[in-house]
Amino acid sequence: MALLSVEDLSFAYRDREILSRISFPVDTGEVLGLVGPNGCGKTTLIRCVDGMLTPGSGRVLLHGRDLRGMHRRDIARAMAYVPQSAGNQTASTVFETVLMGRRPYLNWTVSPADEEKVVEALAILDLGGLALRKIRELSGGERQRVMIARALVQETGVVLLDEPTSNLDIRHQMAVMEVLSGLADERGLAVVIALHDLNLAATYCHRLLVMKAGEVYGYGEPEEVLTPDMIERVYGIEAVVKQDLPAPYVVPVRPGQLREGA
Amino acid sequence: MEQSVVIQEGYTRLKKTRTLFIGGLIAGLVILIGVAVTLGSADYTVAESYIAILAGLFPGIFSAPDLATTIVWDLRLHRVLFAVFAGFGLAVAGSVMQGILRNPLASPFTLGIASAATTGASIAIVLGAGIAGSEYLVIANAFLFALLAALAIYGMARYRGIGSETMVLAGIAIMYLFSAVTSLLQYVGSAEQLRAVVFWTFGSVDKSTWPKLGIVSLVLACTIPYLLYRAWDLNALAEGDEVAAGLGVPVERSMIVFMMIASLITAVIICFTGTIGFIGLVAPHITRMAIGGDFRTLLPASGLVGAVLLLAADSIARSVLAPQIIPVGIVTAFLGVPFFIYLFMHRRDA
Repeated sequence: MALLSVEDLSFAYRDREILSRISFPVDTGEVLGLVGPNGCGKTTLIRCVDGMLTPGSGRVLLHGRDLRGMHRRDIARAMAYVPQSAGNQTASTVFETVLMGRRPYLNWTVSPADEEKVVEALAILDLGGLALRKIRELSGGERQRVMIARALVQETGVVLLDEPTSNLDIRHQMAVMEVLSGLADERGLAVVIALHDLNLAATYCHRLLVMKAGEVYGYGEPEEVLTPDMIERVYGIEAVVKQDLPAPYVVPVRPGQLREGA
Repeated sequence: MEQSVVIQEGYTRLKKTRTLFIGGLIAGLVILIGVAVTLGSADYTVAESYIAILAGLFPGIFSAPDLATTIVWDLRLHRVLFAVFAGFGLAVAGSVMQGILRNPLASPFTLGIASAATTGASIAIVLGAGIAGSEYLVIANAFLFALLAALAIYGMARYRGIGSETMVLAGIAIMYLFSAVTSLLQYVGSAEQLRAVVFWTFGSVDKSTWPKLGIVSLVLACTIPYLLYRAWDLNALAEGDEVAAGLGVPVERSMIVFMMIASLITAVIICFTGTIGFIGLVAPHITRMAIGGDFRTLLPASGLVGAVLLLAADSIARSVLAPQIIPVGIVTAFLGVPFFIYLFMHRRDA
């Protein structure tokens, strides 16, 4: 049984359909990339999966249990969510912001064990030196890593991330993806991650779910899914996909450029 | 591992700073209360005032002249404590509002609650002037209208989907509406009624009594422990709806509950005092600057800051032009405005 499985999920805002009959499983240790053009429904899908939005039909199973029958706190112990925005510019310290990830377990006091978990997560995301700084003093990229650290201390089996690399430079994009795929490997996490960068997705995700206008256009390993034909159908652009690298590499070309070269 | 020790020590230091800050505030407040009960036109020394307080508490052990006991107990003590409780409550309500609305400008007054209370009071003063027991009518009306505003915002937010922007916008709309009603009442009222309405909006703790103090403290005693109990949820909500939901907080329900509690605290205080501005806005800011935003300490600490500010303002209001008493709302604004501008100018490094 998959750790997380989405079955026939549809969602509409009033009469406008945003998601249409989406299904996929995510197994323990797997990194699933959600890709597709702007407005294709990636964020809505993640929100439905986390139970923040209630799907019109279909269901989300977490450890085989239907999400609708679960208490919010229990969901938060099983599934962490990193939203797209890089968080508020609060006066709280990095340490305390990450500590908040323990909220599903905390009553009122913070135990030394909780504090150690925060320290560990900070170290994993290379934030140790910033622990006592205030969030509002950090750069957008640093804040984004703080949000990921907070999701880690939530100690969940599933982690959902909505474009966690959007504010990061290429080194930190790689670093975050390394951390996530490493955790999927070592701790058996199921990671669902919405990404715009197809090449980053191809490099790190075991499977990709390609979406357009709320529908699934493709699902499978990056090598199968990322084809020039698929990219044309989904994004409406021409591209070359290089297959002689460790992962498929998408190179977009200007309209007509391919024929001229041919 | 070296770094982990540094981090944990840093956090421990932060916790110590918070304890010290709260301890310091309690000590400061106790001293201030001690000074405030000695202020007044009847010229008692500090010692005489204290003996009068003790004589009231333990009549068998201490004795003071009846007049002194009467003046200190019936005129001063409840007023001083009322200022403390009102300041505490307004500051706590402000902290909650700023947290859940994620807006540093939010205060108990942002949601139009104060202007609604003013309208309620004005209606009682202008239209209900003939009815007996008008003081209680004013209080009851102010309270009802404040709650009415809170319910209206709740309804609008509910209809439109609860979001912090929706609530702030709805609050501002409500504020204008009630201000217009108050203006209309002032326009049609007699000169004497107009004077009474204007006085109400000044805000003061002049009319405090032991029973009123009892009501306010009862509401605070029922609500503040609950807010403290849910401090982690407030922390999460201050980070944003999505973050809070991801951390397991039932966002919509919590927003409503917190908003209603903050409104109730505000309503029960300002129906007795009139509009006392700035405490609810400024006290949470001062506290966050000093000890950060963890609601577990922010709530009690900003309450104490509010209590100190309001009591200090009231003491100044009573002594500057003594025996004339300036309405405390004026003094808090005089103290609050420069401070607020200072905050604006220095926000970056706060």
